[in-house]
Amino acid sequence: MAEHYKPVKYKAWEMGLEERFQEVFPPLSQREAVLEANRCLYCYDAPCMVACPTHIDIPTFIRKISTGNVTGSARTILEANLMGASCARVCPVQELCEGACVLEHDEKPIMIGRLQRYAMDYADQSKIEFFTKGKSNGMKVAVIGAGPAGLTCAGELSKFGFDVTCYERKVWPGGLSTYGIVVFREPVEVARHEAKKIEDLGVTMKTGHTVGEDIQFEDLFKDNDAVFVSIGLGSVPEMDIPGEDLEGVVDGLFFIEETKTKPLAEIQYGNRICVIGAGNTAIDCATIARRLGSERVTMIYRRSEAEMPAYHFEYQFALGEGVSFSFLTQPVEVLSTNGKVDGLKCVRMDLAEPDESGRRVAVPIPNSEFVVPCDMVIKAIGQLKHTPFIAKLGEYGIKTIKGYIAVDAKTNRTAHEKIFAGGDCIRSRGEASTVMATQDGKIAARAIYEQLTGKPIPEGTLKRTTDMTIDPTMANGCALHDHKPRVHAAATTK
Amino acid sequence: MADLSINFNGIKSPNPFWLASAPPSNSGYQVQKAFEAGWGGAVWKTVGAPVMNVCNRYGTIDYKGRKIIGLNNVELISDRPLETNLKEMAEAKRNFPNHAVIASIMVESKKEAWQEIIKRTEQTGVDGFELNFGCPHGMSERGMGAAMGQVPEYTCMVTEWVMEVATKPVIVKLTPNVTDIVQPARAAIKANASAISLINTINSIMGVDIDTFEIKPNVGGKGGHGGYAGPAVKPIALNLISAVASDEEYRKAGIPISGMGGIETWQDCVEFMLLGSTSVQVCTAVMHFGFRIVEDLIDGLSNWMDQRNFKNCTDFIGKSLPRISSFGDFDLGFQSVARIDHAKCIQCNLCFIACNDTAHQCIDLKDMKLTSEVTERLWPVVREEDCVGCALCSSVCPVDDCIEMVEIDTGRPHITWNQLIKEKPEVLQWDKMVEYREKNHIHIH
Repeated sequence: MAEHYKPVKYKAWEMGLEERFQEVFPPLSQREAVLEANRCLYCYDAPCMVACPTHIDIPTFIRKISTGNVTGSARTILEANLMGASCARVCPVQELCEGACVLEHDEKPIMIGRLQRYAMDYADQSKIEFFTKGKSNGMKVAVIGAGPAGLTCAGELSKFGFDVTCYERKVWPGGLSTYGIVVFREPVEVARHEAKKIEDLGVTMKTGHTVGEDIQFEDLFKDNDAVFVSIGLGSVPEMDIPGEDLEGVVDGLFFIEETKTKPLAEIQYGNRICVIGAGNTAIDCATIARRLGSERVTMIYRRSEAEMPAYHFEYQFALGEGVSFSFLTQPVEVLSTNGKVDGLKCVRMDLAEPDESGRRVAVPIPNSEFVVPCDMVIKAIGQLKHTPFIAKLGEYGIKTIKGYIAVDAKTNRTAHEKIFAGGDCIRSRGEASTVMATQDGKIAARAIYEQLTGKPIPEGTLKRTTDMTIDPTMANGCALHDHKPRVHAAATTK
Repeated sequence: MADLSINFNGIKSPNPFWLASAPPSNSGYQVQKAFEAGWGGAVWKTVGAPVMNVCNRYGTIDYKGRKIIGLNNVELISDRPLETNLKEMAEAKRNFPNHAVIASIMVESKKEAWQEIIKRTEQTGVDGFELNFGCPHGMSERGMGAAMGQVPEYTCMVTEWVMEVATKPVIVKLTPNVTDIVQPARAAIKANASAISLINTINSIMGVDIDTFEIKPNVGGKGGHGGYAGPAVKPIALNLISAVASDEEYRKAGIPISGMGGIETWQDCVEFMLLGSTSVQVCTAVMHFGFRIVEDLIDGLSNWMDQRNFKNCTDFIGKSLPRISSFGDFDLGFQSVARIDHAKCIQCNLCFIACNDTAHQCIDLKDMKLTSEVTERLWPVVREEDCVGCALCSSVCPVDDCIEMVEIDTGRPHITWNQLIKEKPEVLQWDKMVEYREKNHIHIH
């Protein structure tokens, strides 16, 4: 039987460690892709295209797969979204393009994400150079942070002929695509390759460079005609409970990063793990732990299933992975013996009236403390903002909203004329995601081009940064699903 | 349960489903296996002149991931010795006395050759003959097959030779590769043929390999026209069958038609029968799926007949023929417009773009406020007063029964084109035509 026809039967105990960390979805075979592409109705003014924050011309790229023009398909995707390979894997498609598919109700939506991945994989394997650096216009732009927003902005500007330098404090570019998305959703090679394609466009990639340390703000602003700030968010905040500093208590993002950067066999994990939080990052930590080999993984969340910020499909995935959930449970202390974590003391909660965010407030039930025995605690309760960095930018006049950098929605320009920003660091409202960050990069690239050259962007470039602005998913901080803060690639609220 | 048996001008068959003369009926093994599966009859793969075959013989067309909507072939008539075929025909008939075994015959255009093979074949006990005047490739270049069927005089002449000696019914199989199918049909009737069968395969080149520039099917780097069959040819077959069945001379002759060309399902069979086929022949669908499809043909037809209270096939054979007409006799006053059911509409808006780009620009996209969504997607809405009733939107709509063509009364005179130009020949001038339209409130958008 052909490889791809094998039914997917995930039985962890029948698989090796490396196998368990292969991508959850196998790539589509050519026949699968063509059959699925042929199911697409090729809607006119298709809703999937509107729902995609980067407005990829989805019916066109799918049609091109069906006709065997996969090269053209990949170009259609990349013209709208240079992070097409990452987005194909990590986008919450059920909430975006596939959720908007007209076949969703009567039939089943087209597998847009997997088709996009098919075209992106093809582009990768066939090593086609879709774009080149534009003729140099002598102007310089600095990008701080080489995540999806920064890479997109850098790539688009380089295509226009700007000399762009990316400053990235990590060893590898790619941001959360490289370090923060679980490896069985997006292998690290995919993210690094995507970043490499941006470098191939003539962008200078200065990794291991921390702005403010290796290069001073002052010099950066002096030497460049514009600066794009895409610094993302930071580590997981403190829970403010006793025992939090114990060795067996780890930051969820750090835990994920280990699986992306270290040989899997070298990763330290507990046998009985409590994961605190119920966002997408928390789910990632729990499922990683299971796939590493933890026998008991319990997610601790102070509200109920209905309030949990993780996507429903992620919740379903975790259940399938054998993760258990302890809802209406608040951790109060990490217990230890001889300095080693051996339990998480929790208190049971009840739900009271909704607070101003509309979610029901959880209140502790008196004398309901209990202990969940565990040898490791993973915190995944959101991400801190890079407050000192943003404060430093404040000296140049940029403004903030709730600690996030404030920008103009149409241009992503900050209060400072030369400074633009995008990605999770501006996501004061709505869900932070790879695809939103990518669109931020595009919007800023357009604005920077227009501001510095005094001309509108050339016809046919930077597809769909302006012509769908009525769409509420587009603007800064305005997400399609405002009620559900995204915790996955960065979380915002606590 | 309905009685599916037929009497095809003397050829009796337990049901109307016959294997067409083609690769599936190449041998006694295949024909008997088909009878066991339920086929009512089989027209044996043509026997006659000696031949040599080539590879590759078949070329196919797939559509959107579905295999074989069309199949062509450059295979010739049976390449097995005549003696072998005759022996197996006799055996098949002996083992299945109630099934129809029909010998398809093709030899060179000589009276002695035809009469000799007919006499020899009759000794096997077959129920009848089918004269292959249709094979469009290989044999036609040697003056046989379509070369005979394309010249009515030859068709008549050879049929007459056969009728002189045949004691069993003789079916004349027609080629569609002619300008007017009625002419060879009349030639067969003139020669007193017992029945007509159609269509044989259509001249075709299946494709070109865009990597190697070779022709499909590829015979050692070369290719040429072959006979096209399969689901894609069905509409052509239905038209040609209806043309013969509606012909006055054919009606007078009172002989049956065996219909074929793209039949795959029992619904296809019903359509062919409604247009006058007494038996139906199948090849490509069997080549795709095997003999077993006959189970559903029988079951489906039987259920359909029961639901409509048809006891015998004769109850409905030809029932749609009175509806076959021609443009000049259509009612110019019959008006329909498209109605979109917004409760079913999924807003793919294919109707809009089809109408707007390629039809009559009478569907608008409008904000209907039918949902609670803040930014509701626009809905397609028909401007009925401008709708010409072309039915394109209803054809492109992917949702069942979402766009319906509804008959409306616009007050236009119910008159046919033939009546109109008889009564008002002046409308053949544009200015008078415009005048006539204005008088009758006919506005062309």
